[in-house]
Amino acid sequence: MTDPNSSVSHLDLEESKKTFLDANELVINMGPQHPATHGVLRVILRLDGEKVMGLECVIGYLHRGVEKIAENRTYTMFNPYVDRMDYVAAVSNGLGYCEAVEKLLNIEAPPRANYIRAILTELNRLASHQLWLGTHALDIGAMTPLFYTFRDREEILKIFEKYCGARLTTHAFRIGGCQYETYEGFEKDVKKFLTFVAPKIDEYEELLTTNRIWVERTKNVGTISAKDCIALGVTGPVLRASGVKWDLRKAQPYAAYKQFDFEIPTGQNGDTYDRYLVRMAEMRQSLRIVQQAVEAIPEGPIMAKVPKVIKPPVGEIYHSIEAPKGELGYFIVSDGSTQPYRIRVRPPSFVNLQALELMCRGQLVADVIAVIGTLDIVLGEVDR
Amino acid sequence: MPGFITNYLDKNVHVTPGQYGSPFWALVYILLVFGGVSLAVVCMNWLERKILAHMQVRLGPMRVGPHGLLQPIADALKLILKEDIVPEGADTFVFLLAPLIILLSVFSVYCVVPFGPTHAITDMNIGILFMLGVSSLSVLGIVMAGWASNSHYPLIGALRSSAQMVSYEIAMGLAVVSAVLMTSLNSAGTGTLSMIGIVQAQYAQHTWFVFKFFPLGLIAFFIFAVAMVAETNRAPFDLPEAESELTAGFHTEYSGLRWSLFMLGEYAAMISVSAIAITLWLGGWMRPFPNLLHGPTWDLTFSLFPALTFFGLAAMTFYSTVRMPKHPYFRIQTIGLGAFGGVFALIGLILLIPRVHDSVQDVYWFVAKIAVFLYLYIWYRGTFPRYRFDQLMKVGWKVLLPLGIGVLMATGIVGLRTEIWDFVQRLVHI
Repeated sequence: MTDPNSSVSHLDLEESKKTFLDANELVINMGPQHPATHGVLRVILRLDGEKVMGLECVIGYLHRGVEKIAENRTYTMFNPYVDRMDYVAAVSNGLGYCEAVEKLLNIEAPPRANYIRAILTELNRLASHQLWLGTHALDIGAMTPLFYTFRDREEILKIFEKYCGARLTTHAFRIGGCQYETYEGFEKDVKKFLTFVAPKIDEYEELLTTNRIWVERTKNVGTISAKDCIALGVTGPVLRASGVKWDLRKAQPYAAYKQFDFEIPTGQNGDTYDRYLVRMAEMRQSLRIVQQAVEAIPEGPIMAKVPKVIKPPVGEIYHSIEAPKGELGYFIVSDGSTQPYRIRVRPPSFVNLQALELMCRGQLVADVIAVIGTLDIVLGEVDR
Repeated sequence: MPGFITNYLDKNVHVTPGQYGSPFWALVYILLVFGGVSLAVVCMNWLERKILAHMQVRLGPMRVGPHGLLQPIADALKLILKEDIVPEGADTFVFLLAPLIILLSVFSVYCVVPFGPTHAITDMNIGILFMLGVSSLSVLGIVMAGWASNSHYPLIGALRSSAQMVSYEIAMGLAVVSAVLMTSLNSAGTGTLSMIGIVQAQYAQHTWFVFKFFPLGLIAFFIFAVAMVAETNRAPFDLPEAESELTAGFHTEYSGLRWSLFMLGEYAAMISVSAIAITLWLGGWMRPFPNLLHGPTWDLTFSLFPALTFFGLAAMTFYSTVRMPKHPYFRIQTIGLGAFGGVFALIGLILLIPRVHDSVQDVYWFVAKIAVFLYLYIWYRGTFPRYRFDQLMKVGWKVLLPLGIGVLMATGIVGLRTEIWDFVQRLVHI
């Protein structure tokens, strides 16, 4: 990779043009302005008729240099920026960052803060999965689930808004705990939401799970084996749908997750349908976790003793959490000053996107859309 | 009044203007049908958006006019005023011709659609063949549009579309043939391809063909009902314009008025294939149970339906008017909605006049049946995901085609069962 231009496209476009008349190969650009690439992903497809002979992702259209910005901000100042990476799961991003810095500072958030964090993060996981389901179904042609999921996601956003004033980029947590105490009636709202949303998830499943066309469109589409998943570093529901029981909430519990009783749903085939089922089951598990958390939420302080000026000792730390899309890791190098020397984010979407070519080769154009949807990428996180 | 205007009415003829040989009345009918279909497309546009919206827990258009009633008009105005873009590198002539071909083929079909025993532009003795033949010309327009755009997505869309329409036409044709076969089950043993003749055959045989030889008629109807959705490129077979894959398929490069011609063509095609299905299997213009429930009382009861429908619409509109917010900001909208209700009520009152309701009776039942089909179209769109291309082909060639052949053969065998039985007995006696 000495020549930066060589990495732009290893798909030899010149050569494709030459074979265009002989082999009838067609190179088409899907994106960056395309309704189904979930933002500004550009996919260069090499097609034989409708069959995908090869593809390449071109990313970077949403690059904002978040990691570089971090080097010029204090630890506290950088906190809101992480919300802008995976903007549909901003709470998870904030949690990962705060916990990483806490680990670097060697402090621990008080139990009540951990419970609040768990509740909000799981609600956010549910919101993220709902948004995924709606857009994924829309890509495959089912319009209606989108509106159902957005209707129900709204209730989660309302809780966020009441809690911290923001709906999407919440900036809910601070280093050392939470800034805000829960508002009056928070528990009641959450419990009400739980009873409201459980039948709604059944409703989504009613529309899709046994729908003949849905099953045909998703079964054996974009299949990826557990071995390939591990080789590519794919995590999250994609990995679990391939049959690997790996969830950081169980494997290396953070926040208050040790206290909760929940299961890790897995699939067997690693196809789009299994990923759908795994995510649907995860929604229900999230509800279970929130239910337990809101019932057992302890009293006490919500903020640990954190110095006014955050100046971590020299050193480096890697901390990762289970974001809705997979393993979200923060690697922070501290040089002892108030600003991080380097922050590197391991975004689940970026790593999962690498599996796209493997999952799509030999399939049809329509399957590329289904696979992009099932990977559940957010371009804000891919490009950062 | 000049003779050429009154002659068709005076003689109380029981044929269509085309058969009667009156160019004037044929022209009147052509204009009526063209205007009626265009109006139906506008209504369908509004209804589709509203019904789909209510299926999807939202309101749909609400701003332009009361309950968005004027939205289609606003959209049409916008489309007409938009710049007419022909992309650079496009084959201009073909590009401009394509939407016209689609429109032409779709509207030609209405020449033989029987809205009533005399309410058709003309009645051809090869009516159903004409309909299938002309409506399949629209694939030409789609291929031309896709090719002339000189762009990848429209090209793929057009290829998909042509493959899809051609393969579903076969299954469709087989289903149609089995219905035509049923028309020959009379004492003379002669069938008919005339659209009016097919409906009259159903009347003579005292059954809609969908219930004939149960379940054979039903299966043939089902094949047609699936194939017609594919034929009109609607969900779940809307691959040629699969938004999430091909942005807008064959009409990606079109804009403004030309794009709206494609839309007009699509909706008009939906209505025309529904008309075929109704004519062949659902008794065309006939009211329910014309043989079983006849007599003056029943005739009067059924002839009140058109008026009742409009009174119902008026009642719904008035109810919405009452429910409108009382804020002065909504005053014009409230008045407008009330006016709509008034128009509906007025039409209902006109329909109470015996002379009127006798003559619109047939058209009313025909349109009511079409409305059911159009509702189904909307319902499919709200419910189903989209098929993939190979699955679509699989359904067409491996499911519908064998089923169609089977139904055709079974219909023939069942229809000729007495003859076959005689033949077998004769063989045995020899």
